Amino acid sequence: MAQKEIELILLRQWASYMATPIWIADSDENLLYFNEPAEAILGLRFDEAPELTLEELPAYFQLTTEDGTPLLWEAFPPTVALRDHRPSHRRLRGRGRDGVWRTVEVTAFPLAGQAGRNLGAVAIFWEVES
Amino acid sequence: MRVRLWGTRGSLPDAGPETVRYGGNTACVEVRGDNGALLILDAGTGIRRLGANLGAGVSRVDVLLTHLHMDHIQGLGFFDPLYQPDLEVHIWGPASTTLDLRERLARYLSPPLFPVRLRDLPCRLTLHNVPLGNFEIGGLGMTADLVCHPGPTLGYRITEDATSIAYLPDHEPALGARQIPEDRDWISGFDLASRVCLLIHDAQYSDAEYEMHVGWGHSSIRHALEFASATGVERLVTFHHDPAHDDSALDKLIEEGLREFDPPFELVPGAEGASFQFGPIGVE
Repeated sequence: MAQKEIELILLRQWASYMATPIWIADSDENLLYFNEPAEAILGLRFDEAPELTLEELPAYFQLTTEDGTPLLWEAFPPTVALRDHRPSHRRLRGRGRDGVWRTVEVTAFPLAGQAGRNLGAVAIFWEVES
Repeated sequence: MRVRLWGTRGSLPDAGPETVRYGGNTACVEVRGDNGALLILDAGTGIRRLGANLGAGVSRVDVLLTHLHMDHIQGLGFFDPLYQPDLEVHIWGPASTTLDLRERLARYLSPPLFPVRLRDLPCRLTLHNVPLGNFEIGGLGMTADLVCHPGPTLGYRITEDATSIAYLPDHEPALGARQIPEDRDWISGFDLASRVCLLIHDAQYSDAEYEMHVGWGHSSIRHALEFASATGVERLVTFHHDPAHDDSALDKLIEEGLREFDPPFELVPGAEGASFQFGPIGVE
């Protein structure tokens, strides 16, 4: 892979310090990075995860709406941020590799870099009481 | 290709008897292509002497700014070619997210900071917002990319035939990390510097000083050595010397770096006036 854009490098460094669960995806929808707090929600350690596209993610993180209806991929906030280039937010339920269902608020927004470059999207996952 | 250092100091000019060997002028590097193309990297105070020593036969000059901090543009108003009507001068530099290069530079080259306005300069002046990626100037292959430093800041890679050099005078690749990351995809500036013949790189601080200046956009000598090692360069020239470091302090800084690191490349302390010729001649 090629060297990452500087904005992504800085974002990853920042995310690695945060206690907020954070995911970073590039414009090709590759899941580039998730931090340690996000590992707890995914039930998967970043260093042990294979290279994943967001579309491959349901194999690792099963998603439903709050009432248990399977979530349409197009309605997943990171997908909206990446494909529609707009911020997106919703409450959903997810089951990670540890088999635990969690209710999470997900906020995603597109990453617009210098000189109009589309760099991908970042998402914050916040676990809430179900 | 020939490279000459006209200013190696960072932040502020520092002239005096205690800085005679390394020099006191701020960032300015001359690059001459074999075909006669003349590039000037940054317009710190070193550009004044360069402008006065261009020699005959120069009809076009390209000045490439890495960013617009004062130590990289302070000499611009005193660059003689800007006042020569028959000279073609191109100034390249980064736009911001909202302002183009002309608007950004005009903040300095206008009263009250400077008496001459950018638009009143007599030379045939063209300003370019530097495109990210590859482009060409006078037959030299250029690559520009954003690097880790406060505000929009570029590094440059310049290629002529089999020779490539990289110029990253203000760069903090270790920001937020305890050391230069092992994964090269995540090292700021990696592609610019990868396997170049000559890397001119920020080495402003000692380890102890860096701890007090994390996030200021600069490197310690150890970071510079680690970055040069990770990128596989043939020669590292230290640059952007702290104005508080006199000649003996800079000698000690190099010694400190070499005490704990055995570089697999040549380490050249960046001194004003040093020049490098690619081909059989080597360091002059």
